[in-house]
This record gives sequence, structure tokens and C-alpha cells, in this order.
Amino acid sequence: MAEFHEISPNASAGAKTLNWIDNRFPLSALFKAHMSEYYAPKNFNVWYVFGVLSLLVLVIQIVTGIFLVMHYKPDAALAFGSVEYIMRDVPWGWMIRYMHSTGASAFFAVVYLHMFRGLMYGSYRKPRELVWLFGCGIFLALMAEAFMGYLLPWGQMSYWGAQVIVNLFSAIPFIGPDLALLIRGDFVVGDATLNRFFSFHVIAVPLVLLGLVVAHIIALHEVGSNNPDGVEIKATKDAKGLPLDGIPFHPYYSVHDIFAVSVFLFVFTAIVFFAPEMGGYFLEYNNFIPADPFQTPLHIAPVWYFTPFYSLLRAVTTELMYVLMACVVLAAVVALLKGRMPALFKAIIGGGAVVVLAMMLSIDAKFWGVVAMGGGVVILFFLPWLDNSPVKSIRYRPSWHKYFYAVFVVDFFILGYLGTLPPTPLFSRIAQVGTLFYFGFFLLMPWWSRIGTFKPVPGRVTYTAH
Amino acid sequence: MTTMGLTKKFLSGVLLLCALGTSVHASTGGPAWDKAPDRINDLGALQNGAKLFVNYCLNCHSAAFMRYTRLTDLGLTQEQIKSNLLLTDAKIGDTMKASIDPKQAKAWFGNTPPDLTVIARSRAGANGTGADYLYTYMRTFYRDDTKATGWNNLVFPNVAMPHVLWELQGDRRAVFEEVEVHGQKVHEFKGFEQITPGTLTPAQYDNAVADLVNYLQWMAEPVQTSRKAVGLWVLGFLALLMGLTWKLNKAYWKDVR
Repeated sequence: MAEFHEISPNASAGAKTLNWIDNRFPLSALFKAHMSEYYAPKNFNVWYVFGVLSLLVLVIQIVTGIFLVMHYKPDAALAFGSVEYIMRDVPWGWMIRYMHSTGASAFFAVVYLHMFRGLMYGSYRKPRELVWLFGCGIFLALMAEAFMGYLLPWGQMSYWGAQVIVNLFSAIPFIGPDLALLIRGDFVVGDATLNRFFSFHVIAVPLVLLGLVVAHIIALHEVGSNNPDGVEIKATKDAKGLPLDGIPFHPYYSVHDIFAVSVFLFVFTAIVFFAPEMGGYFLEYNNFIPADPFQTPLHIAPVWYFTPFYSLLRAVTTELMYVLMACVVLAAVVALLKGRMPALFKAIIGGGAVVVLAMMLSIDAKFWGVVAMGGGVVILFFLPWLDNSPVKSIRYRPSWHKYFYAVFVVDFFILGYLGTLPPTPLFSRIAQVGTLFYFGFFLLMPWWSRIGTFKPVPGRVTYTAH
Repeated sequence: MTTMGLTKKFLSGVLLLCALGTSVHASTGGPAWDKAPDRINDLGALQNGAKLFVNYCLNCHSAAFMRYTRLTDLGLTQEQIKSNLLLTDAKIGDTMKASIDPKQAKAWFGNTPPDLTVIARSRAGANGTGADYLYTYMRTFYRDDTKATGWNNLVFPNVAMPHVLWELQGDRRAVFEEVEVHGQKVHEFKGFEQITPGTLTPAQYDNAVADLVNYLQWMAEPVQTSRKAVGLWVLGFLALLMGLTWKLNKAYWKDVR
């Protein structure tokens, strides 16, 4: 509790007002803690702008969303028409709608880049595990938000995309069919589904998102930012106890970020005004046909930001199950032979492997596809404990690690690209190899991340004045 | 390799994939579409297209999200719209509803004729824009007595819609040749044969269809031209802002060592 602070009666009106507020609400203290006296490493590079850009897109989505809800009608008979009403009859409605639809794609673009930055520089390593976990929670909530929002225009892709994804839940043994029914609120996607998705999209998930974003930033400001060198700036402080390689976030990074925001907005508005459909990637052509429960489109593909995970789902076929079973057997044998652990643990591992194998044999591959798709996201949560590299930043890792990361990126893009296409035998095979690589990358990380010749990490950050 | 090198590699990979991505819809196939002439800024053509639309399409199809008043964007006055383009008892502020009862239409054609408001946007895909598809579709009807309507179509085989513009184009039949592909006999399209002449020459007909599909393309998003005009101003402003914020950033960071 702060002492009540009296101010000279001769002080300016502004100073008096601020003092009045500060005696009742820690405005200056908050501004100092999070802006003007929050020390960030001075060696940030361009990869460090995607956090603030994510925040910007979140604000764009909330503000444009508020205006869209003023005219949108969550009713299966009216939804499609109300979107066209916004596009045609509401003054500037088209711009608000395009900002929202482009914003959805932009959100994933900046979040993927933001996450990849964390991967490159080991930003999830101790003591930033919770920053990463909150971030993964945001990613998960964002996927739910985007998925449910996509149903609202009530076009063919909205409808059939939701139908396909909700049906996946029915592949879960025992509870599946009832769970799918609970999600839809009906036996097929219909008015009940549209209404509950609307409710989740505009109220429930945004609340969760906002809470997680606040937690993400509080956790970050508690531990301080990582940087491209992976050096802790708090380890070297001056006489006043300030980090030598740190720089106040405000004004240095606020001016930095304002520039990044203006570059981002340039690209963003170029899309909004000149290519809002983005060649069918941001607004799918089929979605300009009103939802028709009696006519299944020939090819149902999710929007681009879900396609890497959609590829994981489609890759798991009965055939691939045998490969996965072989992987389970191999992993169990290696653990039993190589692992130095008590006999009880070995028995648990052996028994666990047998149970998993029995389940893999008895449950349909479709279910395991769902597991793979969910697992592809959930595995990210474990990254802080999977990475055993002695250094944080990719800069000081063995060169082949860099190539390995590059292959991972290419793999992610290939999975994403294949996810937009109808399956063919060749594409399915490529997606299966890609899926094995995706999971291998993470599951074997405890082993491969330790291997190789690591470069010495400097005591201070590397910075060249510009 | 430095991180910058890695970043560059990463970005070039992204660009490569974007380039690959442009062919994403190319694998769905089907017959090639002819390129529709672009007349989206030609008000005369769009007005002519609107006239063809209300005379030929609006009998069976609706454009239920398109208001008659919006036609003022094409340089028409409310009076001109009322006297020339409003052929039903609708008010000028109403949306364009088909004259036909949808239930009757379904009974006659087996399908409810789809709403045409955003048809041009929905038909883009594999082989071109929605306008390209519609331009090809409206020009590849041919006589086929095996069909209930007596008509068939090249890009939309077994289509339920009869050739509404047949008086303009005249009667045509399609010539197919039986060829063997991979040991299977398939009918390969060889060309059209005019049976009776239409009221328009083939060139005039193509021209009329071009006006019509440009109107459909415009109607799918009436704001499309002004959106780009606004966009230029916004981009101009943001370019200025980028310059200013870059200067600001420079000014603050010049003393950081």
C-alpha cells in the first residue's frame, strides 16, 4: 500500500491530476514497471516485432468484431444474407468485414512467426516456461476462435468444414458420438450449432484469449525478454542495478514497434483493399454459396492456417498405423535396454507399450488421426522440457541444427500446402513422411538437441549500433 | 551460417511456397475456361449487362442481396432504373427477386435456380475467375435432345438450365469425336455447328455475354472499384507514416551503443 502523496499547490494541472490518480490507482507505477522502466535487451532483431503485431491484430479483431455483430444475424436462415447486407448496405461494412476476415489470416501469420522466433532462440527455456505455456494456450484458443468464427458466414465451406471437424470428435471411443452431439446441439450442423458457435466466438473464447494474453505479458515482464543471443541480460548489471545490455522498453522499443506496426498495416491494408480473397486462401470461393446441407462440396479444405494440422489428421491411415506401432515397439525396446531406471519403471513402460499397442490395434485409424491432429498442437506445450540443448539460441548451436530447423519449416509448409489439396496416393505418402518427421522432430528432441559441437555463448549480447 | 542467413533462407522458402501456392487450384481440372473481357470500369457495358440481366436472368434467378437502387452506381438515375430495369412490381429500394415462384421453378427444372448476387465470386477457381467461368458457360450451350430441357452445356454437363439466350445465339449442336485415351473410348469435343442463325452474329453474341458477365462480376461486389480507390489513399497515408516512424525510430536509436 502506497503512502498518500501530497503535491505542491503550485504544480501544473497535469501534474496535479496525475498525482490525484496515482494516489488512487498505480498509473505511474504500472507505466514504469511495464514501459519506461521495463528493461528489454537492446539486441532484438526483426523477429521480435510479431508479439506486438499479434496484440495489434487482436485489437483489430475485437473492434471490427463489435461492429460486425451490430448487423450480423446468427440464424441459419438469415446469416448468409446478413453478411451480404454488411458487404453492401452497411456504410463501410465491407471494409470492416474484410478487415475481420483478413485479420483472421493475419493473426495466424504473425502468431506462427512469433512462435517460430521462440523456437529459434529458445525463448521457452527456463525461466520462461510459463510464458510459453500461456502462449500455447493462446494458440489453442485462437484455433477454437477461428474455427467457430468460420461457421458464421454460413457458406458451403463454413458448413461442411464444421461438419467434418465436429464429426471427428465422434471418432473418440465411448463418448465420441455424444460429444459430437453436444458440440453441434443437433444431429447435423444446424441453427443450434450456429447459435452456440456464435456465442463462443463473440463471448467465451475472446474472454479466455484476453485473460491468457494478460497472463502471457505479466509472465514475460516478470522474467524479462529473451534475445537472439539467448543471454540473460540480468546477469550483468551496472551500479544502479540496471542490466547493462538492457534498454527501457519505452521509448526505444515503442518507437521500434510503431514503425513495425506501420509496415504491417501497409501490407494488411494492401490485402484488405486490393486482394481480400487472397486468391481463395483468405475467403474461399465456395463460401460464397449459401450452406446447403443436401449438397456436399467435392473438395472440403480448411482455411490455410489449419491445413498443416489437417494434413496430420489425413496422414494417419490404417497403413501408417503399422508404422506408428513399429515406432512404439522400437521406443519401448530402446527405453528398456538403454534406460537406467528401477525395474518398476521398466515394467510400467513395457506394460504401457503393450496397452498402447492393443489400443492402436483395436481402435479405428480415424481416431488416431484425430489424436495426431490434436497431438500436433499439444506437443508444443512440452517444448520447454523436450529441448535439452546446452544453449538457448540457434546462433550457438551446431550448424546442422539450423538445417534441421529449416527442414522442419519446409515440412510444416509442405504439410500446409498438401492440406489444401484433395488427397492423391502420392500426396498422402508425402504427408505421411511429413507427419513422421513432424512428430520425430519433437519427440526425439531430448536426444538430438544435445548432439553436436556447440559454440561458446558470449557473456554479453552482440550488438552493433545502427 | 548466421541467423540473418537463416532468416533469408527461411524467407526465400516462404516465397517459393507462395509461388507454388498460386497453382493450388490448378489440379481440379475440367475443360479450360475462356478469358472474359474485363469491362468492370466500363459503365456502358455494365449498364447493357444490367439490361440483359433483368430481361433474361431475373425471370428465374433472384439476386436477393442486390437492391435496384444500387444500380445508381452504374451511372443510372432512379428514374432510368424504374422505367427501364424494374420489370416487376418491386419498389426501387427492394432487392432483385425472381418473377418465378421458387417452388414452381424447382418443379420445372428439378432444382431451385441459384441466387445470382454473388455467383461470380463463388465460381472462381481452377481455371480462372468467376467471370471467366460464366463467360464460357453462357457461350457453350448446345442442342441435346436427350435432355429434358433440350439443352446441354460444355462446362456444366447435364445442367438443368435451358439456353435462355438461344434466340440471340441461335441453335447449335456440338460435334464430338470418339477417341481412345488409355484404352478407353471417350467423346472429345471438336466444335460447334450452327443449325439456325441467332439474332446476333457470333461476335455480337460474345460481346453481349461479356457485358452480362461483367455486370455479374460487378454485382457480386459493387464496392470493388471504389474499394481500390480508397485503398490507394490508405496506402499513401501508410507509406508516409512508415517514413515518419522510421525517422522517429532512427532518432531514438542513434545514441544507443
